[in-house]
Amino acid sequence: MDAQSTSAIAVDRLVKLYKGVAAVDGISFRLPRGSITGLLGGNGAGKTTTIAMIMGLVTPTSGTVTVLSAQMPSERYRVLHRMNFESPYVALPMRLTVRQNLSVFAQLYAVPDIDGRIAELAADLDLIEFLDRPTGKLSAGQKTRVSLAKALLNHPEVLLLDEPTASLDPDTADWVRERLERYCRAQGATVLLASHNMTEVERLCERVIIMKKGRIEDDDTPQRLLDRYGRETLEEVFLDVARGRAEHREAAQ
Amino acid sequence: MTGSDSSLDFSFNRVAAMVRRYWYLLRSSWPRVLDLIYWPTVQMLMWGFLQLYVSQNGGLFVRASGVFIGAVLLWDILFRGQLGFSISFLEEMWSHNLGNLMMSPLRPVEFIAALMIMSIVRLLIGMIPVTLLAVLFFGFNLWSLGFALAAFFVNLILTSWAIGIFVAGLLLRNGMGAESMAWTIMFLFLPLTCVYYPVTVLPGFLQYVAWALPPTYVFEGMRALLIDYVFRADLMLEALAFNVALFAAASFAFLKLLQSARVQGSLLQTGE
Repeated sequence: MDAQSTSAIAVDRLVKLYKGVAAVDGISFRLPRGSITGLLGGNGAGKTTTIAMIMGLVTPTSGTVTVLSAQMPSERYRVLHRMNFESPYVALPMRLTVRQNLSVFAQLYAVPDIDGRIAELAADLDLIEFLDRPTGKLSAGQKTRVSLAKALLNHPEVLLLDEPTASLDPDTADWVRERLERYCRAQGATVLLASHNMTEVERLCERVIIMKKGRIEDDDTPQRLLDRYGRETLEEVFLDVARGRAEHREAAQ
Repeated sequence: MTGSDSSLDFSFNRVAAMVRRYWYLLRSSWPRVLDLIYWPTVQMLMWGFLQLYVSQNGGLFVRASGVFIGAVLLWDILFRGQLGFSISFLEEMWSHNLGNLMMSPLRPVEFIAALMIMSIVRLLIGMIPVTLLAVLFFGFNLWSLGFALAAFFVNLILTSWAIGIFVAGLLLRNGMGAESMAWTIMFLFLPLTCVYYPVTVLPGFLQYVAWALPPTYVFEGMRALLIDYVFRADLMLEALAFNVALFAAASFAFLKLLQSARVQGSLLQTGE
């Protein structure tokens, strides 16, 4: 078996141009099955475009994306039922109750025991008391938990998370991270997590890919990144990369 | 749970999920239901009373009882059919749910099938009370047209779906900037398909345009039935042939626009 078929996600020389401007500029990486990887980068670094191409929502200008051995986007229907995602760019219909929303998506994903799965997720994500409330009436934290429940409905083998704890208070964000971590460890799911939250990335991810202007600036374990940049937190590493201090330091050396 | 790489695979289960999603929405919101009934009722009453006035003054309309009301009701099938399709689609954009659906195993063909079913559901909710009111106020029973009504309905709903599919593609490609198309595109058909007057009223060159549009055959067929008491099966078959071509062209345009939306990256951000 080649590396592409053993990896859950394989991105190879991926380029996305919008009107001649590179949003993603020739990136390559492979995510082994069961790994949790953070995708870091400032606004406009190309994180969301990369995730959208992995999901098959955006067609690459060149290069390839393979998810669970299926070429994206041409073979996406072979694997979409084994994937799921959460993003602040999408929402669930507000007038439908939480139960109705989860039930519709469970049917779309052909979840076998829909009521049982919803009950299981509701218990796990503390949603029982909101199940019959319209989704639009929930607080931001509650909505995030519902979106997470939707993302976990089909026991995804590949989970793509775009800033899953954005706009949450620290306590709720920590609670969400704990549930995510538990799911990934239990299911052996492959996770790609785009985030601005360094605490989140440090806690959840065994590997960090840092993007800047559509390119990969660095790619390593959190500890090795800290050692290499001589920093104590990933936030400092991120700032070094974002502000170009790493290049300056390398140039000076 | 199984997957296939074909976007042409079809699952009734996924279509049912989407129909359920729209049904939940409809029943949770009485203004949405009221909206389905309100305007067709106003239209029917206005044209009905106008016809009453004209027919009381003799002439053609004494013989052609029900032509105006019939035209209004059939026009509403065409217009409301497309609007029902497009509004269900717009609900996904308004709620920012399109990304969730596009990322799910739902195939475009299943999505369209669910929208077509909902367009019929919305049409029935809106039109059944209105047709009953037409009997009550003006003694015009649309249902008495029987098989002819079925032929008219099939042709009109096919046109409305074709236009709805094309508008959905425009919305995917251009975002909410194309929303006004959903509300106004069908009005282009109002003068050209000769809803309230025969095709011969149009200037010569526009008659060619009119005869290229399937609903023209339906409205001519309706007048033949109500004025001359003749069911023109030939007109219905011609309408069906044009509808097949229109539906195929709209589906092709939708797929091309969806493909373009994937290239432009407009599926995640479906705002302005």
